[in-house]
Amino acid sequence: MSIDLPAGSPPARVPFYNDPKVRSIAYQVALCALVALGVYVAATNAIANLARAHIASGFGFWRNTAGFDISQTLIEYSSQASTYGRAFWVGLLNTLLVAGLGIVIATVLGFVIGIARLSKNWLVSKAATGYVETIRNIPLLLQLLFWYNAVLKGLPELRDGYKIPGGIFLNNRGLFVPEPVFATPFKWVVFAVIFGILASIAYSIWARKHQERTGQQTPVFWVALALIVGLPLIALAGAGFPLSFVFPEGGRFNITGGIEMLPEFAALLFGLSIYTAAFIAEVVRAGIGAVSQGQTEAAYSLGLRPRPTLRLIVVPQAMRVIIPPLTSQYLNLTKNSSLAVAIGYPDLVQVFTGTVLNQTGQAVEVVAITMAVYLTISLATSLLMNFYNSRIALVER
Amino acid sequence: MNRILAIVALAFVFAAQSAAAQTLKAVKDRGVLNCGSNGTLAGFGLPDAQGKWTGLDVDFCRAVAAAIFNDVSKVKFVPLSAKDRFTALQSGEVDLLARNTTWTSSRDSQLGLNFTGVDYYDGQGFMVRKALKVNSALELNGASVCVQQGTTTELNLADFFHAHNMQVKTVTFATSSEAVKAYDAGRCDAYTTDASGLYGERLRLANSEDHIVLPEIISKEPLGPAVRHGDDQWFDIVKWTLFAMINAEELNITSKNIDEMTKSDNPDIKRFVGTEGNYGEQLGLGKDWAVNIVRLVGNYGEVFDANVGQGSPLKIERGLNKLWSKGGIQYAPPIR
Repeated sequence: MSIDLPAGSPPARVPFYNDPKVRSIAYQVALCALVALGVYVAATNAIANLARAHIASGFGFWRNTAGFDISQTLIEYSSQASTYGRAFWVGLLNTLLVAGLGIVIATVLGFVIGIARLSKNWLVSKAATGYVETIRNIPLLLQLLFWYNAVLKGLPELRDGYKIPGGIFLNNRGLFVPEPVFATPFKWVVFAVIFGILASIAYSIWARKHQERTGQQTPVFWVALALIVGLPLIALAGAGFPLSFVFPEGGRFNITGGIEMLPEFAALLFGLSIYTAAFIAEVVRAGIGAVSQGQTEAAYSLGLRPRPTLRLIVVPQAMRVIIPPLTSQYLNLTKNSSLAVAIGYPDLVQVFTGTVLNQTGQAVEVVAITMAVYLTISLATSLLMNFYNSRIALVER
Repeated sequence: MNRILAIVALAFVFAAQSAAAQTLKAVKDRGVLNCGSNGTLAGFGLPDAQGKWTGLDVDFCRAVAAAIFNDVSKVKFVPLSAKDRFTALQSGEVDLLARNTTWTSSRDSQLGLNFTGVDYYDGQGFMVRKALKVNSALELNGASVCVQQGTTTELNLADFFHAHNMQVKTVTFATSSEAVKAYDAGRCDAYTTDASGLYGERLRLANSEDHIVLPEIISKEPLGPAVRHGDDQWFDIVKWTLFAMINAEELNITSKNIDEMTKSDNPDIKRFVGTEGNYGEQLGLGKDWAVNIVRLVGNYGEVFDANVGQGSPLKIERGLNKLWSKGGIQYAPPIR
């Protein structure tokens, strides 16, 4: 609402300090300045006090030689030649590995169990209910210790371990599988995979347009499968199988060679996935429950069968409800992976906030870096999920 | 979780702390000494089922309390894991850290600590199953070794295997009990820590006879109490508590004969018991500070025997920890 002033009269003189806009900006600036001042005072005071207590500060330790070993390293690392900085990356990659795989497994398992809870089959739905209620009501740390002991005690000792034909070993030191070694002609296989993926995308775009134009459906899934799997296989045969394996071998104490999955890693991955899946199942159940029954009935009345109804009508609408809480579950899983410290898996917290902190004694720096890393991982995950959420959000026309 | 809280608290302490703490005054005002201890190591620091703490380091804390309060019950033991211990001392959660901690140059210079002496000369060793038929640590090429995090042990292990051109698979755990449990479950071929700790841990295994400690000692581990840097008076008190215990053994003053000794004519003993000079007051303590230590806790030899030596289940030889006059290297400057 504006008040019409007679033309030519000067505008009412409101003192600038009574202008609500100016005031709100002033308050914001004052608050920011206060926060900045607080941070500055705390930081300078902390630095001064650290110096007075003769505790080393600064980030110089990053380039110092680490001197300790790490049981699982995805990148080149050795105790004598690598730095604390390198140890940080080793720990970070281990965290990302277990969190990434955990998210995939927990999502698949969670969706299956969430849908199973809604099943009309009494046994299936009650079993799913039992799973959810048991798993999500027991503290995660206990579950991890349980899984770790189950893995260690359940598997035989090294010398009586299982030997599976094909060079696979399974015992309480881990799972050992042959490691593939690629010769140069293998690049043709990689090209074939890339080409297959691109061709599949192009085909699915064409198929959708084709369906919109003519109403005819084409077997997109089978064509894509043939392109992505079949083509590389042909390339592999054409290049004369340029692939060999390094087989694990039993030594005096340990099995060497091949790819190794540590029991700590397995226990952490199982524990995190199974725990988070229980929460995801509830999120999925709630999401599907939020789609009104009328949608299903409308689909049936149009002649759609139950499976396409679920896939094309219910799930896309449920996803809008599912995605935001699903994001929090992904974040929880990533952060919970820091419980690795209890079972000896060398994640970021174990390696960096554990050993590196203790060897350097620089608690403030190390903890600050670790917090920044988790914040970055969490924000990146949120960003991705929000992007996906906005793509599937209801488009109002 | 606790450790994160401790670190956050540490950040606040650093942000808020203004004057150097007068530890002795703070301890006296509080009426109790907060002592950071190992809560899981037999012989050094371990509470029993009734909550009564025993151990060499624990008795050292009691000796400090005896010197200050003439009362060994005025100690609160704070169990700390290897990786939390320095943070707890830096942040002021404990006044004194006596937790089988190795004295190294970087800890002395980088962590804001001062080591006050050596109450146990130790070295790192290995424990393996007898069934492995290993007789020397040099045969461990390719073995998996369980180790506790945040210790010099972790570094010595890597150094030892590197120096002898051997491969090792290290599995690191946050606490020693987790590391030992994993070793016991067969996750590792060997468990490594300070030799004194190996004897203690071996006793706690289900079948201790199935395990042996290998003869090699791969490092120097002088274990000693530590205090915060910057409070010289407190540093002196803790340092001289240990020296008093060692001097008492050298002068043959024990908890049994201490009352006779107070009447002694020997000038060394007279200075020790405070009938001559004012050495206790110079430290900021009472005249009979050393008498209280010996009467209530004992001399170094008594404490050693009762906790780790022949009077204990561990039965560790005195070895390097004998007095200098008896072939060892335990030596204390004189009180005078």
